[in-house]
Amino acid sequence: MADARGRVRHRAGARLWLSGLWLGALGLAALLAPWISPQDPLAQDLFLGRLPPFWMQGSEPGFYLGTDSLGRDVLSRILHGGRVALIVALVAGTLTCVVGASLGLMAGFLRGWVDVAISRLIDIWMAFPPVLFSILLIAVLGPGLFSIILAIVVIDWTRFARVVRAEAMAQGAMDYVASARVAGRGRVSTMVVEILPNVLPTIVVLFTLEMGISVIVEAILSFVNLSIATDDPTWGGMIAEGRTSIHQAWWVIVFPLITLFLTVLSFSQLGEGLKDRFDPVLR
Amino acid sequence: MSYLKITNLSARLAGSDTRILRDVSLSVDRGQVHGLVGESGAGKSMIGKAVLGILPRSVEIPSGSIELDGVDLLQLAPAERRRRIGASCALIPQDPLTALNPSRRIGGQITDRLVDILGWDRARADARALEILGEVQIADPARVLRCYPHELSGGMRQRILIASAFAAEPKLIVADEPTTALDVTVQKQILKLIAAMQARHGTALLFVTHDLGVVSKVCGSLSVLYGGLVVEETGVRDFFAAPRHSYSRALLAATPKYTDPLASLVPVPDAVIAAAQAQVAAADRRWPARAERWPHG
Repeated sequence: MADARGRVRHRAGARLWLSGLWLGALGLAALLAPWISPQDPLAQDLFLGRLPPFWMQGSEPGFYLGTDSLGRDVLSRILHGGRVALIVALVAGTLTCVVGASLGLMAGFLRGWVDVAISRLIDIWMAFPPVLFSILLIAVLGPGLFSIILAIVVIDWTRFARVVRAEAMAQGAMDYVASARVAGRGRVSTMVVEILPNVLPTIVVLFTLEMGISVIVEAILSFVNLSIATDDPTWGGMIAEGRTSIHQAWWVIVFPLITLFLTVLSFSQLGEGLKDRFDPVLR
Repeated sequence: MSYLKITNLSARLAGSDTRILRDVSLSVDRGQVHGLVGESGAGKSMIGKAVLGILPRSVEIPSGSIELDGVDLLQLAPAERRRRIGASCALIPQDPLTALNPSRRIGGQITDRLVDILGWDRARADARALEILGEVQIADPARVLRCYPHELSGGMRQRILIASAFAAEPKLIVADEPTTALDVTVQKQILKLIAAMQARHGTALLFVTHDLGVVSKVCGSLSVLYGGLVVEETGVRDFFAAPRHSYSRALLAATPKYTDPLASLVPVPDAVIAAAQAQVAAADRRWPARAERWPHG
């Protein structure tokens, strides 16, 4: 028993460290992108077009992951694209979490007409196809960082609301809630002091998952050219551009894809790792 | 003079005709222990919940009164009712595993009420928590106060819940099957502890249980419930010597005897059930007139 628990703990630790390391490194790289990028991510040079990565024949020094068909450095563009991806992940993830979790908490604990109203809203909301909905939203709002973030919040809050509502309902039926009520705690105070700490582990997992999803949504939107309006590089945009030259220069699409994949994976693993480590019930 | 006086209390599922309590009347004197016995679904827990104001939202009270120290709780505004209940009542819940908040330390869960309702300062509340944990024989109370519930055993947690209930010196405690979730050896200690604490603090205790053996050890008087109806209210001595109602007699006969474990179990006879159900139906015929007088509870 103790042994099995130790093993679980150990695996969770590795998960936490590996994902944390990747996200930390990425965050640092994104923050320092203007100073550590080997090249200007926007500089085009047709003489340097489609250079392969450094280990292949015909690579040029200073262009470590090769260049795209316009001669722009892939590594520098990935680093700069990371800034957009991480800003969207953080801001959109946080806002979605706050909006969805508060609504879910209220619906699940206060019940009554609050629950009816919020639950019906969730049902209606979830009937919209999410990607089309976000594209429509951005088409109306116009592209830009703000629109992407808003689109993610508007679409994904239901994910939090549903799960947190179910969790809050389960917690609300526990005897400790009855005891708190007898002791004179008001409903809102009970919700915040007694229920919230117990749904927090769930919220944290959802939050990290949501950051990963935000990164994907941002990539999807920039893939269809509905992301930020400027020429600033984004991972989705790079993947879209790389697709056209996949037979001549695979590295243009593969490196941003790997970065995207590792980032989303790390976010989800970070959430699981944090839950295993800090959930007092599992501990 | 009785501290808790319930008169003609009825309860039903909101918006339906499903009755949960039928004209329940009972009273508990200061410092007395009153048992509520009955089978599952007889409504015994509902009475406790009604007194403490924690009925599920789906249950409404169309008629009756719950007087606490002469004041009818049902006539008070919700905030005033909660304040009054918080200041003078406490709950010992059934399941010690879910009755403590798993993500909060024990200390805060005991001192909450002292600080919020009674307005004590932190230091005084902390000192009181230490003192009351000592009273329920918890070793090293200072350490326990800093623990999370999952670090403690079921029996320890039930002791803490008892301590927590007595911490604010309430006048009335509702114990909702406090030993049902514990194993038999711990049950006995916990019962003794509750009885001792009750005697020392002179608290009125409403003791909900399905176990007549427990009633005989702890309670001074009891009400027997069937289908939300009190079929018998009497002193414990009289009850065990000569139960008046046929259902009470059958319940008593159905209790397994530890002195003769191989004796076959005696079920409650069908005729007794039929008689009790007839009584419930008779009570229902009196219902509509009152329901009209109390349309919204």
